[in-house]
Amino acid sequence: MPDSLTRAVRWDTVVGALFVVVLLLSFTTVDGFGNALNLSFLIGNTLPIALIALPMTLLVVSGEIDLSVASTAGLSGAVMGALWNQGMAIETIIPLCLLLGVVCGLVNGLLVTRLGLPSLAVTIGTLAAYRGIAQIVLGSDAVTDFPSAYLDFAAGRIGDTFVPYAFLPFLVLLAIAVVALHATPFGRSLFAIGAGEEAARFAGVRVRRQKLILFTVTGLMSALTGVFWALHYASARYDNATGLELSVVAAVLLGGIDFDGGRGTLGGAIAGVFLLGALQNVMSLRDVSAQSQIVVTGALLVLSVLGPRVARQIAVARAGRRAATAPDPKTPAPTS
Amino acid sequence: MTHPSDTGPAPVLALKGISKSFGAVRALRDVSLELFPGEVHALAGENGAGKSTLIKTLAGVHRPDAGQVLLDGAPVVFHGPGDARDAGIAVIYQEPTLFPDLSIAENIFMGRQPRRALRRIDHRATREATTALMKRLGVELDPDRPARGLSIADQQIVEIAKALSFDARVLIMDEPTAALTHSEVARLFGVVRALRDQGAAVLFISHRLEEIFDICRRVTTLRDGAWIASEPLDGMTEDDLIRRMVGRDLAELYPKQDVTPGEVALSVRRLTREGVFTDVSFDVRRGEIVGLAGLVGAGRTEVARAVFGIDRRDAGEVEVDGRRLTNGAPSTAMAAGLALVPEDRRAQGLVMDMSIERNIGLTGLGATVRAGLMDRGAERSRSLDWAVKLRVKYARIADTVNTLSGGNQQKVVLAKWLATRPKVLIVDEPTRGIDVGTKAEVHRLLSQLAADGVAVLMISSDLPEVLGMADRVLVMHEGRLTAEIPRTDATEETVMAAATGRAA
Ligand SMILES: Nc1ncnc2c1ncn2[C@@H]1O[C@H](COP(=O)(O)OP(=O)(O)OP(=O)(O)O)[C@@H](O)[C@H]1O
Ligand SMILES: [Mg+2]
Repeated sequence: MPDSLTRAVRWDTVVGALFVVVLLLSFTTVDGFGNALNLSFLIGNTLPIALIALPMTLLVVSGEIDLSVASTAGLSGAVMGALWNQGMAIETIIPLCLLLGVVCGLVNGLLVTRLGLPSLAVTIGTLAAYRGIAQIVLGSDAVTDFPSAYLDFAAGRIGDTFVPYAFLPFLVLLAIAVVALHATPFGRSLFAIGAGEEAARFAGVRVRRQKLILFTVTGLMSALTGVFWALHYASARYDNATGLELSVVAAVLLGGIDFDGGRGTLGGAIAGVFLLGALQNVMSLRDVSAQSQIVVTGALLVLSVLGPRVARQIAVARAGRRAATAPDPKTPAPTS
Repeated sequence: MTHPSDTGPAPVLALKGISKSFGAVRALRDVSLELFPGEVHALAGENGAGKSTLIKTLAGVHRPDAGQVLLDGAPVVFHGPGDARDAGIAVIYQEPTLFPDLSIAENIFMGRQPRRALRRIDHRATREATTALMKRLGVELDPDRPARGLSIADQQIVEIAKALSFDARVLIMDEPTAALTHSEVARLFGVVRALRDQGAAVLFISHRLEEIFDICRRVTTLRDGAWIASEPLDGMTEDDLIRRMVGRDLAELYPKQDVTPGEVALSVRRLTREGVFTDVSFDVRRGEIVGLAGLVGAGRTEVARAVFGIDRRDAGEVEVDGRRLTNGAPSTAMAAGLALVPEDRRAQGLVMDMSIERNIGLTGLGATVRAGLMDRGAERSRSLDWAVKLRVKYARIADTVNTLSGGNQQKVVLAKWLATRPKVLIVDEPTRGIDVGTKAEVHRLLSQLAADGVAVLMISSDLPEVLGMADRVLVMHEGRLTAEIPRTDATEETVMAAATGRAA
């Protein structure tokens, strides 16, 4: 198994195991955690992070990042509210919001690929800009009177199960993202770009085009998340989803996606997302304040950058020890 | 200082019974070596024989699993390259390790810049010292230029300057000449001889055997990590040395087949990139191998990049098989049947953290697809096929390429491009860092490709290689094509004259 894969798989396993431990502990020790209603809340509240984590994973794998996602979501929600107030039909509004997301993503992508600016800087700038526009668009209004069919879909669950309706389309998107990253030439090229951009270019990979596509899709998914957020919480405000980018990045890195690019799996990223979601759910049940929750998210972010590195060091040390005791050059090295 | 003629019995640096393994790969097995003051000692061996590992062990980069390093007869343990340097050992590693954002001068004097009052760095002194070093080496490089964007040859020069910048008692050079042309090598050897005459001990690695015979007095040969012999070069022939390295006799080094050239496959017209090269026009026909010669910095690599579309051209046209190539688009160049094996394998040729399989697969992303999805079986068999054809020495195809020796990395780059079955193949230093045996294989391969109708443009700093393989030699000098010499007239003299601008 390739080194990079072994490492990623190992960290994936760590995160997956951690997720299981947290679930088990929560089921047994946290009152009110295990019932279907709470679990559906957990999933529903985590979906915004999960939705944006899909394209974010692809971006980080290719060595870029987008911090403007939460602002794009907020802008999309604000525009949705403003247009609804104007009396436009929801069936027209939603496509317009998604289109807006595409534009937001394109702007990021063009600034990064055409002007060669670092995506961290560009998207910190648009993080502020998109949020500012959202405030201009909607002011301090809160729009809540969306059609109930839409609200029910975004907040409801299938019968008495723990599965929210919205979870099903998410699974479809997840499947698409997994295939795109791990089973198509496009995904292959993203890993190559992240691990060695110049070599990828010399191999004919259209680096700028791929990145532009990624930023655009990220904008689209962020806008979709903004629409979902406004419906799920039945409230379109300019400050919707504020700070969500922190959770998304934390979850993706926690899932073993290397911040330097070129390494990671979507499975790991999604495990990271739901681990974070479960922790946030438990903290809410335990009445941990929102501020403390942010502290925990921040701590996880640090852990997630450190974790894979420490795991790698251990792997290297083990390989070294193995080398010292390797008895015979013919024996293949054990894959661990 | 010891005089070169009476080296005496005391080696300044010695290795005794060194072994070193990486996982299951035993890179060195019980290797011993003695370096005497006032001698230039060659270290020879095929790709992956363990030469670089030996040097890294000596310099404290790797810790040996067994054995000792002796300095002036006393055992020492270096904990890192810094320790070795403090002991007066200067090392030039095979792959340049410059800081891209620092200037050439800062790179050379990293961590030991001349100081002014209050420990401030004396930039002027640093710059002047750098200029002096460059003069010694006979190259013109601006000390203030950042290392980013330097060609491999220039990077190598900077590494050499770095090693020369402190008075080392022991100078160790791992393939310093691999990217250099004859004239830079001659300069380097001048400097090395002077150091040797002052009593320094020099360990020299090169796959160009004529260089070994030119400057070295003794040679130690490694094969598959094992010590084979340490002996004087006097009275040995190149064939003797090859037999030591390879363990058998070698077929012809330049197996050039005679081919009648076909139609024009690559046509370059008035290609210009401002300030880099001007008005470059040439054709390469099917079946032809055209050599592109010139000094370091003449613009050969830059022409290749612009032809392939890595850099945009300011003027001119490129056609492959009559199809005009879009400016600045390698993907369309590839689709038209063009392939470029770039000069810098670590940055441009390979994604170092990816596996051999994926690296070779990278040029086949369009080919190993079924219904829009990667066909992993097809990808693996394509990669395996070419890795085996080029005899890449690896443990597993899924190993990352950074675990391969330099020469084997180069083979992976070749494999990755030959796998695209190009109509026109541009190779930039195709045998840089490749051992003689493999070099002969690569030459046979290029010759075979040409015989099969591929048009080959070969950029090489290895003049014998150009003369041995090319049907025609194009020569560049300061960004212009100055001569076109047919095979029958191409000699070291005619090519060098055009390359230095004397004949134009
Ligand atoms: N860091 C490493 N991890 C695993 N294997 C390694 C590592 N470094 C070297 N090797 C292996 O050790 C062997 C010797 O490699 P080394 O680089 O010393 O060869 P070399 O003689 O310098 O070859 P070349 O002429 O190609 O530079 C090779 O089989 C190589 O794959
Ligand atoms: Mg080497």
